[in-house]
Amino acid sequence: MNIARLLPLVVVVPLLGAAVLAVGGRRLPRIASDVVSVAFAATSAALALVALAGGAHGAPYVIDWVGGWRPGPGGEGVGIVLAGDPMSLGLTAFTSLLVVAVLVYSWRYFEEPPRRRSGSFPALILLFQAGMCGFCLTGDLFNSFVFFELMGVVAYALTGFRVEERRPLQGAMAFGLVNSLGGYAMLLGIALLYARTGELGLAQIGRQLDGRSPDAVVLAAFVLVSAGLLVKAAAVPFHFWLPDAHAVAPTPVCMLLSGVMVELGVFGVTRLYWTVFAGPGGVPHEAATRTLVTVGVLTALVGAVMSWRQRHLKRLLAFSTVAHVGLFLIGVGVLSPEGTAGTAIYVLAHGGVKAALFACTGILLDRYASVDEKELHGRARELPLTGALYMLGGLALCGMPPFGTSLGKAVAEESAGHTGHWLTAVFVVVSAVTGGAVLRAGLRVFAGTGPRTYDDDAPGGARVPGDEGPETGTRLRRIPVTMLTVPAVLLAAALAAGLVPQWAAGAGSAAHLFAAHDIYASAVLDGQTAPAAGAAPAHWNTAGVLLGLLSTALGAGLAVLGARRPRGAVTERLLAPLRRLQSGHVGDYVAWAVAGLALLALLAAPGTLTSP
Amino acid sequence: MTLLPYLVAGWIFLVGLYGLVTSRNLIHAVGCLAVTQSSTYVLLLAIGYRDGGTAPVFADIPTDARVVDPVVQALTLTDVVVGATVTALLLALVIQLHKRHGTVDPDELSELKG
Repeated sequence: MNIARLLPLVVVVPLLGAAVLAVGGRRLPRIASDVVSVAFAATSAALALVALAGGAHGAPYVIDWVGGWRPGPGGEGVGIVLAGDPMSLGLTAFTSLLVVAVLVYSWRYFEEPPRRRSGSFPALILLFQAGMCGFCLTGDLFNSFVFFELMGVVAYALTGFRVEERRPLQGAMAFGLVNSLGGYAMLLGIALLYARTGELGLAQIGRQLDGRSPDAVVLAAFVLVSAGLLVKAAAVPFHFWLPDAHAVAPTPVCMLLSGVMVELGVFGVTRLYWTVFAGPGGVPHEAATRTLVTVGVLTALVGAVMSWRQRHLKRLLAFSTVAHVGLFLIGVGVLSPEGTAGTAIYVLAHGGVKAALFACTGILLDRYASVDEKELHGRARELPLTGALYMLGGLALCGMPPFGTSLGKAVAEESAGHTGHWLTAVFVVVSAVTGGAVLRAGLRVFAGTGPRTYDDDAPGGARVPGDEGPETGTRLRRIPVTMLTVPAVLLAAALAAGLVPQWAAGAGSAAHLFAAHDIYASAVLDGQTAPAAGAAPAHWNTAGVLLGLLSTALGAGLAVLGARRPRGAVTERLLAPLRRLQSGHVGDYVAWAVAGLALLALLAAPGTLTSP
Repeated sequence: MTLLPYLVAGWIFLVGLYGLVTSRNLIHAVGCLAVTQSSTYVLLLAIGYRDGGTAPVFADIPTDARVVDPVVQALTLTDVVVGATVTALLLALVIQLHKRHGTVDPDELSELKG
């Protein structure tokens, strides 16, 4: 059997599942709709894994021209291609597996009446999965815009899923307006690329651009399409929607948003750059590195600082995701295969860890109807298992060896260190601060460290007590075994990402194929199978382990200090301007997105327009 | 082919952005988003235009007739569908917001801060 035939199924199976649940969900009992949804999601995951395994032997690229509409001998044609390379197939498989975990985790969720709509939540999750898998696999720029919007629209709906409550609607609104705007910026860029090249396929556009010198249209296209993808990736200054959406979205949705959707934005930018703009007619490497690394450093620092000062646990985790996205952008932005390989492992492990942390937070929410660090102070001492998982997740987020987060961080920061030594410091400090924030909250909530009340009326936690409803219908008395198993399994997966040498080797060779301009085009257009040799596997080294231990120690130290002592007035005053930017006002967020467009243009222009 | 359609597309995009930034009403904001999106329609159609070209429907014209680019028209159609979905969903959210908060003024909806 031809493995390429499986690629469309990876996207179609969850779509079918969503249709089945949307129609049949009214009649099916809750348990049946849960089983059906898990079956569809798992099938898609299995298909992606088969394609990945099949591609690993021999030809690493799995190419399917949908409907047999391949380009003619001259290269002209309007066919849409699905192109699975090890990187995109691996990400697809990871996405699908995380969807399965989320569906299992959420089987007690949304039990409140009306019960007859029991199929709608899993149906939306499956649609979301289809959008994300399609976005990973497509080799066509317009197609990727459509999948981008599909996952966007489903994510807005999922964020505002509890329409009876006030705050989810606001978060969904900001999310929807800013992300749709990003989508339209992306489409404008796609239109400009079509105007220049007459093509829509990534490989075809890249080839056409190779034959000409860069001009303002190409630069504008790069800025617009990247901006759209960076909105999805929640890079500063496009990030404002993310904390608002994550703080209010149902916990299982947060697991997916933080675990993979945001990272898909980073994947999209990287794929776009290497396939389309990395050639002589695109954006020179220095300009791209300058753009991505600057944005990445800004994102990492803002995310770290903001996550430290949150007391709403979901918002804290959301800002920590922003910080890590910054690190990912630096990792891929140095444009080396090693940096990309490290980032790939980092993304996988971070997805597992962050989803596990959200899962633990969800347990707190469903038991105590609150995720406020101050309100929960010491109350969760009765949940030692949840606490242990949460603290382990916090340590993994700091970059503690041998978690995959540590391996990914080590490889990415070593590669980034070749570009600038201070980038290594950014990796260490940012992961220590965000991990430390998670640990500090954990110490307060699960161990009751520090004073019970502390003088802190900062917003972010400012809310009426008790208006945060549990998501399970009634408050949980006993924690269901699935809600504990899922975070445990996710953490184990993050651990495996650091320990299984085959995964590290796979990431190394996948990044070697991914971070190259010509290999993709010749595989997609000429059917040439690229040699997979020459790739150095991502591996542990002493410096990486030591830096990982250093950031863990820093994070733990910060956590103990922060938990013992109430926040200083001086730091509060210093951070106040940054806090005020997160105004909760959609208009402000849009204005910042426009400023971000200008920033990208300023960063990418020098070197692009002046090169010979 | 003149520069005018491209300038119009850029103008529409900026006008929509201005409306979004200064909006005092979420229904108006969703409308502005739709305006922003219509700049993509204008840009796409302008890109596919050919002087003297006719509609790319070959039912009643010779197959070698000069036609405008059908690809961008297909893209625009897809874009319209995407836009309709987004607008409908966002308007539904606005209705719910009005039910829960009794207001659609973003200045009064600021529970998510800091």
